[in-house]
Amino acid sequence: MPQMNMIQALNSAMDIMLTRDPSVVVIGEDVGYFGGVFRTTDGLQRKHGEHRVIDAPIAEGGIIGAAIGMGVNGLRPIAEIQFADYIYPGFDQIASQLAKLRYRTGGDFFAPVTVRTPCGGGIRGGQTHSQSPEGLFTHVAGLKVVMPSTPYDAKGLLISAVEDDDPVIFFEPKRLYNGPFDGDHDKPAVPWSTHPGGEVPEDYYSLPIGRAEVVSAGDDLTILCYGTMVHVAQASAARLGVAADIIDIRTLLPLDVATLKQSVEKTGRCLVLHEATRFSGYGAELVATIVEECFYALEAPVRRVCGWDTPYPHAFEWEYFPGQKRVMVAIENLLEEE
Amino acid sequence: MQVSCTTCEGAMSNKPTLHIPHPPARPGDKPDFSYVALSDPGAVDRPEVNTSVRAMAYLSEELIRVMDDDGNAVGPWHPHLDERDLQIGLRHMLLTRLFDAYMVRMQRQGKISFYMQSLGEEAISVAQSMALRPTDMLFPSYRCQGLQVARGRSLVDLMCQCLSNTNDMCKGRQMPVMYHWARGKIFSVTGNLTVQFPQAVGWAMAAAIKGEDNIAVAWIGDGSTAEADFHHALTFAAVYQAPVMLNVVNNQWAISTFQGFAGGERRSFASRGPGYGIASLRVDGNDFLAVHAVTEWAAERARRGHGPCLIEHVTYRAGAHSTSDDPSRYRPRDEYASWPLGDPITRMKQFMQKSGCWSDDQHEKLTAELTQHISESWQDAESYGTMTTGPFLDRSELFEDVYRDMPAHLIEQRDELRRLIGED
Ligand SMILES: Cc1ncc(C[n+]2csc(CCOP(=O)(O)OP(=O)(O)O)c2C)c(N)n1
Ligand SMILES: [Mg+2]
Repeated sequence: MPQMNMIQALNSAMDIMLTRDPSVVVIGEDVGYFGGVFRTTDGLQRKHGEHRVIDAPIAEGGIIGAAIGMGVNGLRPIAEIQFADYIYPGFDQIASQLAKLRYRTGGDFFAPVTVRTPCGGGIRGGQTHSQSPEGLFTHVAGLKVVMPSTPYDAKGLLISAVEDDDPVIFFEPKRLYNGPFDGDHDKPAVPWSTHPGGEVPEDYYSLPIGRAEVVSAGDDLTILCYGTMVHVAQASAARLGVAADIIDIRTLLPLDVATLKQSVEKTGRCLVLHEATRFSGYGAELVATIVEECFYALEAPVRRVCGWDTPYPHAFEWEYFPGQKRVMVAIENLLEEE
Repeated sequence: MQVSCTTCEGAMSNKPTLHIPHPPARPGDKPDFSYVALSDPGAVDRPEVNTSVRAMAYLSEELIRVMDDDGNAVGPWHPHLDERDLQIGLRHMLLTRLFDAYMVRMQRQGKISFYMQSLGEEAISVAQSMALRPTDMLFPSYRCQGLQVARGRSLVDLMCQCLSNTNDMCKGRQMPVMYHWARGKIFSVTGNLTVQFPQAVGWAMAAAIKGEDNIAVAWIGDGSTAEADFHHALTFAAVYQAPVMLNVVNNQWAISTFQGFAGGERRSFASRGPGYGIASLRVDGNDFLAVHAVTEWAAERARRGHGPCLIEHVTYRAGAHSTSDDPSRYRPRDEYASWPLGDPITRMKQFMQKSGCWSDDQHEKLTAELTQHISESWQDAESYGTMTTGPFLDRSELFEDVYRDMPAHLIEQRDELRRLIGED
């Protein structure tokens, strides 16, 4: 099986979709000739032409707005926003237009737009290259929201996102681009070739949007997480020798409630992780879902470990990042709670 | 159905085709700057500062130049600066350049996480700063370190910001070069492009509301003109005739995309101003004297109540976009050598030598003095800590200044972090 890092896997997904479907186009800042600031679209313009892999002016509102228009006119745009931190000038087009077009036209108009954007911290990017704004998008009816944690998932889910007739906001945890980062920044970086999720078929395949994945199974507790935090959770549980059901949510909306429920009914204890700020974060939705669905199975309160409710700092990046230490403390406390 | 497109320039068929802008040269090609519209030095009129937008609209397609290729200052825009100002200007430009080069080296050595230099664009920040009053409020982009230098900011302060150390004005919260200086009236640099443009207009509106004659001055790049905030700024500036100077630093590139991708292929960036009802000038951004003169003109216009001004500075980004960028992937390596407007420091030096107020010897001495000043400043800055060696900022700083008063949930989170790292 070929090995790919997440950048190559995403590139492969776009390459395949550009090849299979002439209506697919890619548009974004620096995505064309240059191949993207993270090299995710490298070589795609050369192969598919500059009318299909299109460099855009620096205008996120323009990129999303134009992608909607293209979508309405029969194309299937993949719009790249260079950093999730720069998505806000396009927020009105996403939240008020892209998300609601089908509804307000009684199904007569829709725009099958995929918005790809790198998110998350860990690259010393400070407050404008580190944010995880997924909760702002899961709060908008009409959007699907995806965040993969491995190259294999990234490719399969991106292909599904492009094929989906509904708009999908596709978050790429940039700290996972080159390897399965587990939160330990002192350790030498590990490449994806050391991880089963780095085995990625060359050919077309898709993974369903709406399905979570149990990445490790155990009876002690359930850990709900996505993106970079999946790897932090696995490392933390392993260090403690705890048998955890670690569930990679993968598609935040629609949410695979059944898989979550099944696990928490078994373990009775649930920890929710995300890198985004805590207050009104996506984790609150997960906690509420667990409380509503599994209340009588719970043996302890559901707990969260999240980014602090501050902007992402530069110097104290690792004090901010919800790393293994915080996760391990939370696991231990949760297991002790009566 | 056939759609005809008779209005499209250069459309050969009678069907619309998607036009993709192409820079004249890619890696391996011969640089070609024939697309840059030039006027002769000294050839462009200097209107009165109260001239109507309509009457001076043509200036937005000209290029105001004072220094000619032989180092003479010519024409109506010649600011006739005295020797002392010229020497200060050269000093600030050289200091900015040497400082940039030093900080790029520090990034390469892993001492700072990131850096952005202003190589080739030093005349803009420095001359503009010198032509303004210290009470005018500046809203810089991330490539305006010359403003800090020219307003007398200590290099130690700038370095400490880049080091995120205990003397960092941003308290460790911002990436390198995201400086601010409240006392020096320089607003906070942000990573989000163009946001400072309408903010500067608002500052200027407030000055007008309060009846003060300080003006606001803002800078963005050519690529940043594509953002909606550019439109917001020009609209508000025009509607309220705000005392603001809006600068577009057209350095030809926005990371990998050339200025054609911001819409610069058919008309100048300056020419957008008259469409909004704003006086606009296009100036040789590598000509210290021209930039100074244009800035004085626009400042006077704004200060006397004749309204805002848009200035396009035609220059070239001689370095990489940032320390994360490799421009040899998208443009010819030696492109800068062919740039028709030369290098701002070389040209200033030539002019000053020709007018007898500068020598090679002085230049060498100044370079040595500034180089030493920079390395001494660095030692000073490091004494406040680096990313890896103490003293370190207090980790509780992470939770300060999110609000004026820390709410309960942040107090709780701060205490949790303290317990976690064993400080409690
Ligand atoms: C809103 C927003 N979108 C995208 C970016 C990423 N970005 C940073 S700098 C840059 C290019 C800006 O080019 P230009 O305005 O010409 O300024 P220059 O770097 O040439 O000085 C881009 C796209 C950003 N910082 N903010
Ligand atoms: Mg530029």
